[in-house]
Amino acid sequence: MAKDSKTPLLDQLEEGPWPSFVTEIKRAAEKKDSAKDLLHQLERSYMDRIGHWKHGGIVGVKGYGGGVIGRYSDLPEEFPAVAEFHTLRVNMPSGWFYTTEKLRELCDVWDKHGSGLTNMHGATGDIILLGAPTNALQPCFDDLAEIGFDLGGSGSDMRTPSCCVGPGRCEYACIDTLDLLHSVTMEFQDELHRPMFPYKSKIKISGCPNDCVASVARSDFSVIGTWRDSIRVDSGEVTNYANEGMDIQAEVVDLCPTGCMKWDAGAKKLSIDDGECNRCMHCINLMPKALRPGKEKGATILVGGKAPIVRGALLSWVIVPFMKMEPPYTEFKELVRKIWEWWDENGKMRERLGELINRLGMRAFLKAVDLPPVPQMIRAPRANPYYFWDPEEVK
Amino acid sequence: MAGKTDFGPPFYKDLLPPVILKNYGQWKYHERVKPGVLKHVAESGDELYTIRVGSGRLVSTDWIRDVCGIADQFCGGHLRFTSRHNLEFLVSDKNQVEPLIAHLNKEGYAVGGTGHAISNPVHTQGWIHCHTPATDASGIVKAVMDDLYEYFADSKLPAYCRISLACCLNMCGAVHCSDIAILGIHRKPPHVNHDTVRAKCEIPNVIAACPTGAIRPDPKEKSLTVNEDKCMYCGNCYTMCPGMPLADPIGDGVSIWVGGKISSARTPPKFSRLVIPFLPNNPPRWPEVTSAVRNIVEIWATHAHKHERMGEWIDRIGWERFFDLTGIPFTVQLIDDFTLASETFRSTPTFKW
Repeated sequence: MAKDSKTPLLDQLEEGPWPSFVTEIKRAAEKKDSAKDLLHQLERSYMDRIGHWKHGGIVGVKGYGGGVIGRYSDLPEEFPAVAEFHTLRVNMPSGWFYTTEKLRELCDVWDKHGSGLTNMHGATGDIILLGAPTNALQPCFDDLAEIGFDLGGSGSDMRTPSCCVGPGRCEYACIDTLDLLHSVTMEFQDELHRPMFPYKSKIKISGCPNDCVASVARSDFSVIGTWRDSIRVDSGEVTNYANEGMDIQAEVVDLCPTGCMKWDAGAKKLSIDDGECNRCMHCINLMPKALRPGKEKGATILVGGKAPIVRGALLSWVIVPFMKMEPPYTEFKELVRKIWEWWDENGKMRERLGELINRLGMRAFLKAVDLPPVPQMIRAPRANPYYFWDPEEVK
Repeated sequence: MAGKTDFGPPFYKDLLPPVILKNYGQWKYHERVKPGVLKHVAESGDELYTIRVGSGRLVSTDWIRDVCGIADQFCGGHLRFTSRHNLEFLVSDKNQVEPLIAHLNKEGYAVGGTGHAISNPVHTQGWIHCHTPATDASGIVKAVMDDLYEYFADSKLPAYCRISLACCLNMCGAVHCSDIAILGIHRKPPHVNHDTVRAKCEIPNVIAACPTGAIRPDPKEKSLTVNEDKCMYCGNCYTMCPGMPLADPIGDGVSIWVGGKISSARTPPKFSRLVIPFLPNNPPRWPEVTSAVRNIVEIWATHAHKHERMGEWIDRIGWERFFDLTGIPFTVQLIDDFTLASETFRSTPTFKW
């Protein structure tokens, strides 16, 4: 496919075993001038060692404030077909499951209106339709609506929430991540489509502490499935793992962070002091046939996770150690609304929830959203004597 | 249907394959059959095989139609994607597994990414479609994964290894908690274009956006001025204001961070730490980056215990030993001087030589 001699640098990225995005752009370029100009502008970036996209610009579809990212080439005379090359963020279905019929419908719409290039998927989880001129945005959205695809979030709104595969295929799932995600997405359509917050707000849902959607690192609200009772043990299967060559003492027991397990090598018997287990998943990950999460399942709610901009990266903090997660998920939704209200009232522009909690203090946050302080929230109590009392408490 | 809004994404249950609908929430256990292949077994005894395929993330509609054709042939018209841009073919008939893999191999798809492997790198848009990048994304990922392909296709590392790339400090994606993070950085302060600042920027918002307080009003120009000694080139001002560009062919490049993780297995989630403050943008194949990443992967793979993630290995041996083993020079940029810097300083004379 490397007939286009105008791209000698990018052509080198068609070699090698890993799938080539250059090949993909070239495939689209056979049908679309915009994809061809994208390829040529990218080659220019490879020569210049700098990007060639201008700063945003507000574009969108009727009724929404988000979901479309404006993008303009800074070399429009040379690459006119990407002078306007906007992105549509399309809300993916829970767990990224598709039928081929649905995907083909999506391809038909995108071939009609845009560059034919996509990300499956973007970092937030949306289907990214990469590159359409301004006048194609509304017709494209209308056709997407026709086949049942709505737009996702962008700007200072609730960004498209995402979740792991959950009960769709994973025996570790302690909550119905797929259903919770769909329910939350439908509940907060207004917050998703009409930016009105101090900054972006993200919700990510993982079914167990393995956290396959990285909720703890990149969401203001991290929902992580867990359990409260005992790990379910199938002793026969434990023995089978041992017989098949697993060194249960070295690989499982010695790596347990709480030291709550014992292995009797002679009797091939594993015992667990469940009261001391912190449910890290290591033993279950190693022996999924023998060990399973308990039956009293729910989620730990953590808040505040984010990437560096503006005041540094944060990992989410535990604020509710255990919450039952059953439809219609009222307790969770009410908590989200209450926290948004506090953030909206107190947050400065471009201040994420975690940064606001850092600025005003966890004490102020817990009081505002009416959550009781519990030791599960912290790694250690404070080591300084600079703390407050409410005058009401000093009587 | 023009004008319809707020109807939400397609309902997931309409898109699940029959074997999943039947066994939803009733999965009992799984096995890693071989690299790229998972087998999930339900309480009912039903089996579901997953064949994982890496994608370049940037794909054409032709590619989507191709993989739909394969899913029609082998998977009853169902497929899914993962949180790391992999494609997964879902097969309920065991007899279709080997023919599907043979077909994928023949067509040149990248089967792998399961178990103790390097999975598909999460990455951002880079020069392809972002207005604030300090490097490209897809090009580096392609070069790194061509080089490390054996670790994707096979499952021979001590533990998972998650490589991620973000093309600027905005870090779309969770790169700051990866075993190896590749992060685009600028090294020059913004160049203030007063005309653009006057015309397009909200001056108080730009000042407030600076994490180090380096930006002040410039009353004479009715614009802004940057205290260059305080600027650490995060680019947040440019995100707020197009009159503050800081991209530069010499200044821009790539930094390498290691030892982060997301999962709580054994040890809590942790941030990746800076180990290489700058490598040049050297397209199309970024050889300095690919060799730096390979070096780190292989030193870890040689020295780590079984199940020990990059960060857990480093915690055991100590950072001084990490720099010793990898031969990476230690420079002053690796010592933190942002808000929580002192938490990273050592307060004990117990360390290694």
